[in-house]
Amino acid sequence: MIEIKFLGRGGQGAVTAANLIVQASFKEGKFGLAYPSFGAERRGAILNAYARIDQIPINVHQQIYEPDVVVVLDKKILQMTNIVEGLKPGGSVIINTNRIPEDLNFDGKLFIVDATRICLDLNLVISGWPVVNTAILGALSKATNIVNINTLVKTIEENWKGEIGKKNSQACLRAYEETYEVVLKNLVRG
Amino acid sequence: MRVLIPKSKPSKGAVGKTGLWRTSKPVVNHDKCIKCVICWAFCPETTIFRFQDNSVDIDYEYCKGCGVCANECPVNAIEMVED
Amino acid sequence: MSIIEEKKGVSNVKVVTANEAVALAVKCAKVDVVGAYPISPQTSIMEYLTKYIETENLSMEIVRVESEHSAMAVAMGAASVGARAFTATASQGLLYMAEMVYWVGGSRLPVVMAITSRAMGAPWILGNEHTDVLLPREWGWMVLFPEHNQEVFDTIIQAYRIADKTLIPVVVGLDGFILSHTTMPISIPDQSVIDSFIPKDVPKPYALNTSNPFTHGNAVHSNVYLEFRYDIFRTIEESEDLVDQVDKEWEKLTGRSYGGVIEEYLLDDAEVAIVVIGASSGDAKQAAKNVREKYGIKAGVIRLRSIRPFPVKRLSQIASKLKAIGVFDRNMSPGLGGMIATEVKFALYDLKDKPIVQSYIGGLGGKDVRIVDFEKIFTELKEIVDGRIGVQRVRWVGLDLAAVDSYFEEV
Repeated sequence: MIEIKFLGRGGQGAVTAANLIVQASFKEGKFGLAYPSFGAERRGAILNAYARIDQIPINVHQQIYEPDVVVVLDKKILQMTNIVEGLKPGGSVIINTNRIPEDLNFDGKLFIVDATRICLDLNLVISGWPVVNTAILGALSKATNIVNINTLVKTIEENWKGEIGKKNSQACLRAYEETYEVVLKNLVRG
Repeated sequence: MRVLIPKSKPSKGAVGKTGLWRTSKPVVNHDKCIKCVICWAFCPETTIFRFQDNSVDIDYEYCKGCGVCANECPVNAIEMVED
Repeated sequence: MSIIEEKKGVSNVKVVTANEAVALAVKCAKVDVVGAYPISPQTSIMEYLTKYIETENLSMEIVRVESEHSAMAVAMGAASVGARAFTATASQGLLYMAEMVYWVGGSRLPVVMAITSRAMGAPWILGNEHTDVLLPREWGWMVLFPEHNQEVFDTIIQAYRIADKTLIPVVVGLDGFILSHTTMPISIPDQSVIDSFIPKDVPKPYALNTSNPFTHGNAVHSNVYLEFRYDIFRTIEESEDLVDQVDKEWEKLTGRSYGGVIEEYLLDDAEVAIVVIGASSGDAKQAAKNVREKYGIKAGVIRLRSIRPFPVKRLSQIASKLKAIGVFDRNMSPGLGGMIATEVKFALYDLKDKPIVQSYIGGLGGKDVRIVDFEKIFTELKEIVDGRIGVQRVRWVGLDLAAVDSYFEEV
């Protein structure tokens, strides 16, 4: 079972990202379950969404404490919380940022993508917020191959018809192309 | 006997440091400010400090960056800048 | 799970939240009238239903009202004339609705209501807890509690079958947030299957009729009230087999069933078992597997699908083979124990070889209940069986009084 933790801020679409990854995995014959962290919805506040993916149906509902993958939708979250808390050794971290985070140090792989710029380029902005969820899924696919990028694009275009669907799938594809791995400097393997 | 009572005491930031929710922040230009305190009156989260001489400043720990103050300022002395 | 077969190409599989599963089931049940008032975590059920009405041209009528009390009044009015009625609520909403809930039970109207479980104030809280879902078990309703999104869909359909047959309204409870807002794949049967399973042209002796005028629930004297209550008691008591049978019939049509009143998990050779309801059952099952592998404890899970009728017969059969049962309650009866635990003890008291029953309470207000918590319950049950520790009235799961230290006052 693969456990993914999405760290986002209200309005960025982290919950939808978690749902889409489950839908896409299901298309590939895998089972999944996605859920948000709960509370009153607050724009801009930090929130988590979770997804579990497996070859067999999943029926475990406890929160995710030791994720295999952490996806960070906003660079500001790096100041708010320890994003690698509980990360399994050798796990992957994907961050939406325009600069390489200098002081991150953990046992695993770090990938970065400037999803915010991609969304601004494509005018994927709702109420002043770049909605980076579909872009970050492209990055997730590149970094981990949990789901194939083509399946993701298909899933996105099924969820949103017409131009908005096209824009989102473009964001996903561009992020897939532009995601790269950063070699961690002072890496200490535990 | 010790009893648990669910009291809510008046305090700042019942849901934490709400300043972290911001994407842009208001910045006061004190040269332009005419000390009318309209921003102070309109701030929905009471995150504007009002001093004795009616000059104002922003409490960035709790300001959510909604922009109401910048919108209401009659002399455009408050600007929203990316945080 | 038959969804495994269905992923090989059957088209009608959707990835939805449990709330959408409820809405889809209500649509497929061809419900005529819905009384709607919003409350978290139930609100999206009504949002999905309005979307279906808008986009699919359903003949369903959603009546937006000013309170939960009126939402149930709408459902009651609709059911009284023989329409298929539905509503949903949670927490404070159910409390405000309570008077009408009791009236519907007493009037023997086959309404189905979904309750997305949520704790109740004070203090103000949104998190999951089962106390609200369990309240209508005393109000003349049946109470069913599915475990996952597929079962939520299937149970709403089964609930209409049971309600139409017994003229007892049915609550379908589902875990607020941890199920209501969780996305999982579900398979939706053909409409013709559902139509044949819950036909609308069933006998409706309760339906108001202008050519043969009567009304519901008018004043009676004490010489017959007890008899009306007795009849509700008897009908629910005798429905244990019906719930089993309806589940079996559903299996014939869809390939899916859930054990009727009780789902049994790893109980064949079990010594100790946890009684649990709802979404956390999956975590309890995982824990049973884990402690079997790690410690060789013969652990199993008894998942109650039906709280009313309370499965006294099936539970007694299962329990007589066990040495200890831990009942995990995400609710409480203050000062006594978990609500399910008190009922389990009542049900098993007359058994000759009865197991030890230990009440556990945890997860109130949405506190996370983890697989390790259930593993600990299993190991404690084993220690109780071995005589190393004793039974307590209640053992608490995840209780942390240090967290509330500043709220304590001397009186």
